Amino acid sequence: MDFLIINEGFPILSTLVFLPLIGAFVLMFLPGENLQRIWAMLITVATALFSIPLYTRFDMTTAKYQFGEHVSWIPSLNINYTLGIDGISLLLVLLTAFIMPLCVLGSWTYIEKRVKEFMICLLIMETAMLGVFMALDFALFYILWEAMLIPMYLLIAIWGGARKIYASIKFFLYTLAGSVMMLVAIIALYLTNDGSFSIPMMMGQDYPLTFQIWVFLAFFLAFAIKVPMFPFHTWLPAAHVEAPTAGSVVLASILLKMGTYGFLRFCLPITPLATLTLAPIVLWMSIAAIIYGGFTALAQSDMKKLIAYSSVGHMGFVTLGIFFLNQQGLEGAILQMINHGITTGALFLCVGMMYERTHSREIADHSGIAQNVPIFVTFLTIFSLSSLAFPATNSFVGEFLVLAGAFSENKIIAGAAIPGAILAAAYMFRLLQYVLFKGPGRPGLKDLNVREIVTLAPLVFFVFWIGLAPEPFLEVMHTSVDYLLGQVDMAKAGAHIAMAP
Amino acid sequence: METVTALGSDIITSSKLLVALLVPLFGSFLVSLSGKKPNVREAWSIASAVILFLIVATMVSPVLAGKTFYYQLFKILPGVTITLRADAFSMIFALIASSLWIAAAFYSMGYMRGLKEHAQTRFNTCFALAIFGAIGVAFSDNLFTLYLFYEIVSVCTYPLVAHHQDEEAYEGAKKYMVYLTTTAKGFLLPMMVLIYVMTGSLDFPHNIQTGIFQTDANGAIVTMLFIFCLFGFAKNGVMPFHHWLPGAMVAPTPVSALLHAVAVVKVGVFCTTRVMLYVFGTDLMGSLNLGIPTAYFVGFTIVMASVIALTKDNLKARLAYSTVSQLSYIILGVCLLTPHGIQGGLVHIANHAFAKITLFFCAGAIYVAAHKKNISEMSGLGKTMPFTFAAFAIAALSMIGAPPVAGFVTKWQLLIGTLESGSLGILLVLLASTLLNVGYFAPVVYKAFFGERPAGEPYEGIKEAPMSMLVPLCCCSIISVILGVYPNFFMNLVKVVTG
Repeated sequence: MDFLIINEGFPILSTLVFLPLIGAFVLMFLPGENLQRIWAMLITVATALFSIPLYTRFDMTTAKYQFGEHVSWIPSLNINYTLGIDGISLLLVLLTAFIMPLCVLGSWTYIEKRVKEFMICLLIMETAMLGVFMALDFALFYILWEAMLIPMYLLIAIWGGARKIYASIKFFLYTLAGSVMMLVAIIALYLTNDGSFSIPMMMGQDYPLTFQIWVFLAFFLAFAIKVPMFPFHTWLPAAHVEAPTAGSVVLASILLKMGTYGFLRFCLPITPLATLTLAPIVLWMSIAAIIYGGFTALAQSDMKKLIAYSSVGHMGFVTLGIFFLNQQGLEGAILQMINHGITTGALFLCVGMMYERTHSREIADHSGIAQNVPIFVTFLTIFSLSSLAFPATNSFVGEFLVLAGAFSENKIIAGAAIPGAILAAAYMFRLLQYVLFKGPGRPGLKDLNVREIVTLAPLVFFVFWIGLAPEPFLEVMHTSVDYLLGQVDMAKAGAHIAMAP
Repeated sequence: METVTALGSDIITSSKLLVALLVPLFGSFLVSLSGKKPNVREAWSIASAVILFLIVATMVSPVLAGKTFYYQLFKILPGVTITLRADAFSMIFALIASSLWIAAAFYSMGYMRGLKEHAQTRFNTCFALAIFGAIGVAFSDNLFTLYLFYEIVSVCTYPLVAHHQDEEAYEGAKKYMVYLTTTAKGFLLPMMVLIYVMTGSLDFPHNIQTGIFQTDANGAIVTMLFIFCLFGFAKNGVMPFHHWLPGAMVAPTPVSALLHAVAVVKVGVFCTTRVMLYVFGTDLMGSLNLGIPTAYFVGFTIVMASVIALTKDNLKARLAYSTVSQLSYIILGVCLLTPHGIQGGLVHIANHAFAKITLFFCAGAIYVAAHKKNISEMSGLGKTMPFTFAAFAIAALSMIGAPPVAGFVTKWQLLIGTLESGSLGILLVLLASTLLNVGYFAPVVYKAFFGERPAGEPYEGIKEAPMSMLVPLCCCSIISVILGVYPNFFMNLVKVVTG
């Protein structure tokens, strides 16, 4: 267990995982919709507050998993309850904990029926999502991964829009297909590792290249669907458009990150040789996603679809950064995951707020509303600029690092990503042009209320904090990213020795 | 190397730079809050402009003495910061931007009220924000800060171009945005990232010779980056990325004056020349032979745009193509890589600004007073609007480069620079351009003063534009003359740049 620093004191990770679950259980017995909303708010805020010590007490000098907890769970199968976080998962855990209260706040009046059930779904989602980022045992990871599926399905299928059944089943089938492949890979690894499910123990083993490639491909399919990478993305626009606001936010801000988190946590350290072999293909797939996402977003008339396709492009930048396998690229990719969570989550919240008022997501129905809802439009402008990576906003720093990592490895692939940056500006300015200017406006449209401003304001704060002083976010990942690259390089060196006569 | 160390010890860390930057920002905020009281709103505009100018003015004499102001705001990544700097190069641009803002603020008050334009609060807010961006560009200490403010100028001037909110305005504004953001994201972003990857820094050095590249940098890549620089800052109007500028003519005239004389186009050339001199450096440009070929390339823009200007009957369109042509003078001068060439190019930033803003102010005054846009309709108008057309004539002389107006100083310096560099082709470009300038400006003035009034159109009731328009335009034309007779002020600044 030398990879895990066991937490001797208060079990902070378990608290984070189980607090929402307990909250959901208590919620079942609470009467009155307002009380239920307030309770869900309290639980998510408490979880967010409990997550702060993770950052303040995080040891940046070690690449080991911290705040570790290790309990034997099913001894006969050697399944353990192992939790721990490192510099890669820390920010994702914090992102999850901080986005959830905003989801509850954003659904306050949006959800009018079955409020209790809705909040229960959200809280169970939070448990599962936090657990996925902390799990260090493959069986535990898989259970939590699958546990997200049901509440997310329900969120879309019950509280969704007109085509909710189609969208939710499509989401379910795609994700399930991916996770079945992942299960096969997990079992293969379990058998090769003398019956251990410990994720860190599986890293750094010199598996044969063919085995690595099969395992990589199985993982890759699961995660590529989740990211989603072109051409596995077709479930995403449907799910986003039909999901309620909070569902879209959870989906965009956190669920998509699980795909790229999977690449970082499993593909790179467990199958480094396969990663090195297949990286060029993944890089070109990323370019395809960036360009395809950009062009498709440019053609949308539905605001949610526009943002959904922009996600395909943005996540393409993340995978681009990961598979160049250098420090700047990886750090940029991780930062970009956080940025996308903040910015795209915020954009979905914005669209949701207008949908509550106008019951439309069409750009044309919101043209020229700047004169009617100046506060809303200010927020929308800030998040749109962030989305197109305007300098001094969060996305610029991430994109800059990814491109710096890319240009130092391969100028052709890096250059091929540039049209994606242009397209991002094009579709966002197109949206802004309509919303700000082009059109008659909607007299009588109410501007944002205090609750909605409180929902969006923290995200604005993070947009500029990361945009202007990203060091607090980058410094926590240096050691872990360095260690991860060391694992890949070691495999490369080992392969060279093995190939030498 | 001596100059580097001498300058190195003369760096003053001063929050004055931050104050200067924040004045237009707060100004725009106050303007946006006082929309219901037009007089208060305009007072805020003018007050911010005056305060900004005074702050900038206090920095002139230390800078002339070789000092550099410096202020770091944010550290983004190692080697990437948001840092402000005021050196002689910055001061040229900061001075014209802040002083012409005062003139433009008065003028636009007269223009916008005279035509009873809508959304004047938005207009004035964005106007101030554009100046905020322009001052930021002037005071940038590194490529990232430059890029940041360059983009801010693009975004903040969009509502100004789209001001009329009709189909024509949207078309022009769309073209404006497409050209400027495509080139910025397509050329500047990769240029900046590649420079960062190659050198680990984006900071400008304190001299124009060394640049920031190592001596063993890959020549092919550096050449590519140089081309990216030339096209990436598309606000500089270099062909083939100049189409946004005539398209942006749909904007109200004070904006055209701001766009074509101060904020936008000068931001473009300022950035281009700043990066050429302070990122690539004259040594590297010389050793890779980037100077003269670029001079010929922009020489094409100079001649071609002048020829197109001849064909335009719409006064603002003619002025727009004249701007495209004149901007390339600045780049041409710098690309000659000789001291006189660089001085001539840089001083033209100021000389062109005062003359061109006068010309646009005149065009706007004619529109407000007589509702005429086309040159063919203006014959005989000089007799009813003598001050306007006199100012126009003086500014046109500056464009042509005739003494005693400021443009002559530019042309003189450029001609010496051309002879120093020994490229006769450039000499021909300058001569051809001078003749073409005469060709498209002289008829305007001649027809206005000596042309016959068309029958059936007695020009009754037409008189000079309101004083708030007439005074700024006369002042600007007088300054053009002063800069021609006493060129030393800006020449001293550019001499500090060339060292």
